[in-house]
Amino acid sequence: MSGAWQRDGYEAVIGLEIHVQLDTASKMFCACPNRYGDEPNTNVCMVCLAHPGALPVANAEAVRQSARVGLALGCRIPDTSEFSRKQYFYPDSPKAYQISQYDQPLCAEGSFHVPGEGAFTVGITRAHLEEDAAKMIHAGGDAGRIQGSAGSVVDFNRAGTPLLEIVTEPDLRSPEQARRFLTLLRATVVAIGASDCDMEKGSLRADANVSIRPIGSEGYGTKTELKNMNSFRFLERGIEAELERQLGLVLAGEEVRQETLHFDPATGGLTSLRSKEEAHDYRYFPEPDLLPVTQDPDALAALAGQLPELPVARFARLTGTGLPEATALLLATEPELAAYYDDLAERVGDPKVAANWVMGELQAHLNAAGIAADASPVTPERLAGLVALVVEGAINQTSAKEVFQALVEDPTATAAGVVEARGLAQMGDADELGAIVDGVLAAHPDEVAAFKGGREQVIGFLVGQCMKASGGRADAKALQALLRERLSA
Amino acid sequence: MAIDVIGLTAERAAALLRGRECTAEELAQAYLDRIAAVDGEIHSYLHVDPERTLAAARAQDAGSGEGLAGVPIAYKDLLSTRGVPTTAGSRILEGFVPIEDADVVRWGDEAGLVSLGKTNLDEFAMGSSTEHSAYGPTRNPWDTARVPGGSSGGSAAVVAAGCAPWALGTDTGGSIRQPAAFCGLVGLMPTYGSVSRFGVVAFACSLEQVGPMTLTVRDAALLQQVIARDSGRDATCTGPREPIAVPEPGRLDGVTFGVPRAELEAGVEEGVRARFDESLAIAVSLGARLVDVELPYARHGLAAYYVIAPAEASANLSRFDGVRYGLRVDAPDVRAMYEATRDAGFGAEVKRRIMIGTYALSAGYHDAYYVQAQRVRTLIRRDFDAAFAGVDAILLPTAPTVAFPIGARLDDPLAMYANDIFTLPVNLAGIPALSVPNGLSEGLPTGLQIIGPAHAENLLLRLGAAFEAEHAFDPVPPALRSAS
Amino acid sequence: MSDVELTPDEVRHVAALARLGLADAEVERLGRELTSILGHVNTIAQLPIADVPPTKHANPHGDALRPDEARPGAARAEALANAPDPTAEGFRVPPIGA
Repeated sequence: MSGAWQRDGYEAVIGLEIHVQLDTASKMFCACPNRYGDEPNTNVCMVCLAHPGALPVANAEAVRQSARVGLALGCRIPDTSEFSRKQYFYPDSPKAYQISQYDQPLCAEGSFHVPGEGAFTVGITRAHLEEDAAKMIHAGGDAGRIQGSAGSVVDFNRAGTPLLEIVTEPDLRSPEQARRFLTLLRATVVAIGASDCDMEKGSLRADANVSIRPIGSEGYGTKTELKNMNSFRFLERGIEAELERQLGLVLAGEEVRQETLHFDPATGGLTSLRSKEEAHDYRYFPEPDLLPVTQDPDALAALAGQLPELPVARFARLTGTGLPEATALLLATEPELAAYYDDLAERVGDPKVAANWVMGELQAHLNAAGIAADASPVTPERLAGLVALVVEGAINQTSAKEVFQALVEDPTATAAGVVEARGLAQMGDADELGAIVDGVLAAHPDEVAAFKGGREQVIGFLVGQCMKASGGRADAKALQALLRERLSA
Repeated sequence: MAIDVIGLTAERAAALLRGRECTAEELAQAYLDRIAAVDGEIHSYLHVDPERTLAAARAQDAGSGEGLAGVPIAYKDLLSTRGVPTTAGSRILEGFVPIEDADVVRWGDEAGLVSLGKTNLDEFAMGSSTEHSAYGPTRNPWDTARVPGGSSGGSAAVVAAGCAPWALGTDTGGSIRQPAAFCGLVGLMPTYGSVSRFGVVAFACSLEQVGPMTLTVRDAALLQQVIARDSGRDATCTGPREPIAVPEPGRLDGVTFGVPRAELEAGVEEGVRARFDESLAIAVSLGARLVDVELPYARHGLAAYYVIAPAEASANLSRFDGVRYGLRVDAPDVRAMYEATRDAGFGAEVKRRIMIGTYALSAGYHDAYYVQAQRVRTLIRRDFDAAFAGVDAILLPTAPTVAFPIGARLDDPLAMYANDIFTLPVNLAGIPALSVPNGLSEGLPTGLQIIGPAHAENLLLRLGAAFEAEHAFDPVPPALRSAS
Repeated sequence: MSDVELTPDEVRHVAALARLGLADAEVERLGRELTSILGHVNTIAQLPIADVPPTKHANPHGDALRPDEARPGAARAEALANAPDPTAEGFRVPPIGA
């Protein structure tokens, strides 16, 4: 398989557990606002503080969004799913049990295809709905490390946020595949509108189960769990580091120990999270306060029919219009950019021309400004106006870049207005161009002689001189034709 | 006027108020006086706030004054009361003040009921005698050397002692019906899911309901009308299937009672058995037919119950961790704080049940204990379903004994648990049952339990009213009669 | 199968799962009591009922879901009023420890 991690006769076996915070108005089991960034403990109630007597009631929208994600991941949505209590004591778990799902998840086995060069398919084991934990603010400044800190303050705003946990089969064979899979998965969830999947805010979190095995072997090696890698790059680097560590152990004749590891992006090092690995006994049992969630097949079919265009489909559509795979994949995984592109392509009427602008000037401007496509002052409508002028031949490429910059700087300007105001209209008039060409030829007798002597490449220099003399406004094609005509005369 | 609150029913109290024979404030004051006079001995209230009670009563006097408005009530201290301490009878919740009312308390407020206070109970409702309260035992007004039953023993004792016209209790395995029987009262365990549990401190979620404890069957119906509702905040609640009706006593022509004879062999006290047999005769005299029914799995109810209830409880009580409310015992790290807090905060019976439940759910035992108990639960439900195919209701004694002496069973958990043998199967099946006074044995009240199919509350209340009229039982303990 | 006997180590393991700090005397007493109770409970362990579906809910007709409507929660001061060790913003806990 292309892109597989293979070293010294061993291959990588990677599975991901992905937590997606669902973008609902209220929390999973109570009506408290589901909102990030508020003052600590201001979105809390009897239920999410686990006061005695509080009862959970499940959020219908969280169930609906989870089913939509499940459908997009090719999952089977069983008729009935069930909430269970997963018991563990920790200050971030107010009930000391998390309401989760155990043997009857909302979404069962699915598969997810990652297209493009070295395309691969990942099995989805399950996706289940649960509630997020509270946030611990660790005192003593040592924010990352838990152990040895001087105590913590608990903020229950996040407690009870709806969380969809997506578990993959151990089908990934390289850190790169893990990154590509997660990128496309994120794009899919964002396209659905179920979550903003912002890794910085923690609305998308990924853990990786990593092991190695002899190439060709069917069994599995001892796996370790890498926790909470909070960017795509760290995910790739963390898995890479762990694979190298495991390979080193195995080649040295040592055993890989089953443990949970934390990747430190600053040092590239891995540290064991639990020194005393106490065997977990979560004592799952069906949540008696909640009834099973039943799904109506007709409603599910309707839900599936109402899904927006998903990245995988978008990729297929875009490559079908003749866009290169790399361009199509980028557009497929960046929803805002894709929406921008679609809008522009429709206005411009030529996918490739639109793609060139989006991948070129627009991307450069978005990167420089650090904004998403939908936040750019150069709307598809304004850019389409500019592209039309280029296509008509009213301005040339050089002027077009200047006009684009002007559109960025002045949100009220139009392309036509800028061209008019700055006199950028393309110089295509034969007399005007003829005068310039004659002037340039007269000023460069050596180059003219060289051309006539067979050094045809000199024409590029002469074109440049003419363009300069025209103030960048000359129609490059007409200019070239005119030059050749005069030189061969 | 001087109001004699001993033996005063809620229905009569409402009539006094509506007839302007007294004000809500006068009525509340009369109960507060009564509480002040006798509760030192009975110890049935955990929290009384006379100023708050009188203010609530005055608010009712100033209002439009309809229905039950102004009638006092007592709440089991398992029910959350906003701004009023709620302990669940546990040291671990000492000083805890809920930020919301339980749904049933809110509905009581909306109906104009005036709270007299919070009543004693076995810690977290785990017990059958109210001796497991962290705040000391409640005494039975019929014989203060004896227990009032439990876990709603405080609610039973306040009504029997004339310290409230009625009260709300909760029933997880008999905790309304058994203390009602021990104290000569009417107690209704409603169909599971007909009353909202929101705000009821959870012991075993899949088994418990809130229900009325009253002097008469009609009062039980009136109070059930207030609380049998769905608020949308308890996903297991759908409210009653039909409105609750206040029954009139009448004949029982056409009614078929099932009698599970085999169950009666299991250690029923002689006097209790004799009173029960008399009630069977009364049923026949009123025109009912008796048939034998088999409940072959009911005898396994105790074992199934003592897996399911502790299993749920072990999880429900994990939230008492010293972080957000309640007791905290300081320690150098979180885990030590948890262990010290929970060791100091929970009493012996609660620890026992947490241990049983944790064990039953732990790796390797989950299927053998927990899942097996849920299968027995299915079989018990099927037993009742099969029986109700041929009978309208099933009759059993509420408890196999009369109220036992304080301390008699404290050191023998199994003997204590066995007192609920006739009530537990009902909770496992999720069906309603009514306990009505069934005469005295050795001078102490016994109870007749009438069990019906799901949502048969109106039938049970009608049947109960018929027995009640025939027995003409005086719910006022003799010692109190002479006092008044 | 009424001969289940909980050893002190088993009692301590279960107590650790439940975060109950037990004194040695309690361990001994609970071992005896649990052995007796589980002995009774074990009367159902032998029943040949593996094909019977377990009952998980007493009322199968409940309404499982609520609409996604947000309402303001409690005031922070009210939420913190019951806290054993509040700060201005939250609930303080001792260090997590080893």
